[in-house]
Amino acid sequence: MVPAPTAVQREAGEDPANPPAGETGAAVEARALRRDFGDEPVLQDVSLTLEAGATLVVLGPNGAGKSTLLRMLATLLRPTAGELRVLGAELPRRAWRARGRIGYLGHDPLLYRDLTLVEALGFHARLHGLEEPGARITELLEVVGLERRRDQLVRTLSAGQVQRAAVCRCVLHAPPLLLLDEPGAHLDPAGIETVEPLIGRAAGVTRVVVTHDFEGGLATADRALALRADGTVAYQGEAAGLSPGDARSVYTGRS
Amino acid sequence: MAAFRTILAKDLRVELRTLQSLPAMALFAVTTFVVFRFGLDRTSLEGSLAAGVLLVTVLFAALLAINRLFVAERDEGGFDAMRLAPIDLSALFAAKVVALFVYLLVLEAIALPVFAAFFLDDAAGLLPLAGVLALVNLGLAATGAVVSTVGAHSRARDLLTPLILLPLLVPLMIAAGGAAEPLLAAGGPSYDEVGKWVGTLALYDLVFLLVGYAVYDFLLED
Repeated sequence: MVPAPTAVQREAGEDPANPPAGETGAAVEARALRRDFGDEPVLQDVSLTLEAGATLVVLGPNGAGKSTLLRMLATLLRPTAGELRVLGAELPRRAWRARGRIGYLGHDPLLYRDLTLVEALGFHARLHGLEEPGARITELLEVVGLERRRDQLVRTLSAGQVQRAAVCRCVLHAPPLLLLDEPGAHLDPAGIETVEPLIGRAAGVTRVVVTHDFEGGLATADRALALRADGTVAYQGEAAGLSPGDARSVYTGRS
Repeated sequence: MAAFRTILAKDLRVELRTLQSLPAMALFAVTTFVVFRFGLDRTSLEGSLAAGVLLVTVLFAALLAINRLFVAERDEGGFDAMRLAPIDLSALFAAKVVALFVYLLVLEAIALPVFAAFFLDDAAGLLPLAGVLALVNLGLAATGAVVSTVGAHSRARDLLTPLILLPLLVPLMIAAGGAAEPLLAAGGPSYDEVGKWVGTLALYDLVFLLVGYAVYDFLLED
């Protein structure tokens, strides 16, 4: 299904079904990225390149700008300065080209609490153009072990169950890029294993993972980005080049 | 259209399931009629006073729904969900306008008979009045959806929404009053100048529907 052009598309006179050529390659490219909230810089001078199919782990203490970075990549926040390209789309100007191809799992599950699980997922599926999403939803709910809860209101689910449902919501439209903000939040070890086929390395898609589990995160990543508490970059490069000890020092402010 | 239908169906389903807006609106309207009945100490109203009582009641009942229109989008991540989807965000605006329009129709289906029973000697003007109210509803829904979106992104939303909305609704209320007054005149409805005010209402609706459609994408941008 081809989505209707947004106001921004109409203004640019472009067709989402036929994006301009020559803008593929790296899944994520950022140069001198900065984001301020008011006068306060939250993220400063972040540059990175992430090849398609690779995994980037983002580490850093609370308030370092990890979630802000993820929201910018998800087209939900505009950079204050710098250049950003996601899935070939220049952000924020051509955000509409990336939307619908991103799976975003943030702190909020983005599920309406007064809908049943199957209704909530069906709502997202239809927004993403899946005409008959029943089979896909059933398949995902079976993977995460929530098939029996399909007709339960989201508000009646436990935090862990909601997180598993949010993982289903995130991958419902089979996006080529996953942006995962502490995907293991609220999940017990069994729950983390359950969602692994959908959002883990086995999913085989490009992933940006924000986590405080730096040992686990580094072990499953190709690249790493470590942010200091002031939003500046402490490390950016191969994941293998950052030891867990060095990652720990970012948290303690000794890097 | 698929996104519009999806969002509208979600809103109506959630309202039917939770009854968060409609019962409050209906209760408010009936209570307000009771207050007017005893406050004015009149068993019969006509003309501009009748129109004023009805329209002010509908207006403030509508505010209850407008304030709640984007609560789920704000509190449950709906705005983010819409912005992550490959949809024209005007679909959200259109769906909210229609949802609010439906709420107001249901409200008036309850409130109008109560109003007639409390205050009217002659119900002959009710049918054309329903047509005027439909145009009022569309204006309230279009303006309310735009302003409620702005308010939803503010910490002072409960204060901000009525503060922005009420001045914008003044032209709508003047035109509605002008159209409703002759329809509720003593001795039965008269149609003098109703056409002029109905045209004004239709123009107001058109302007705010177009404004909403044009600016909605930008209202939701960071």
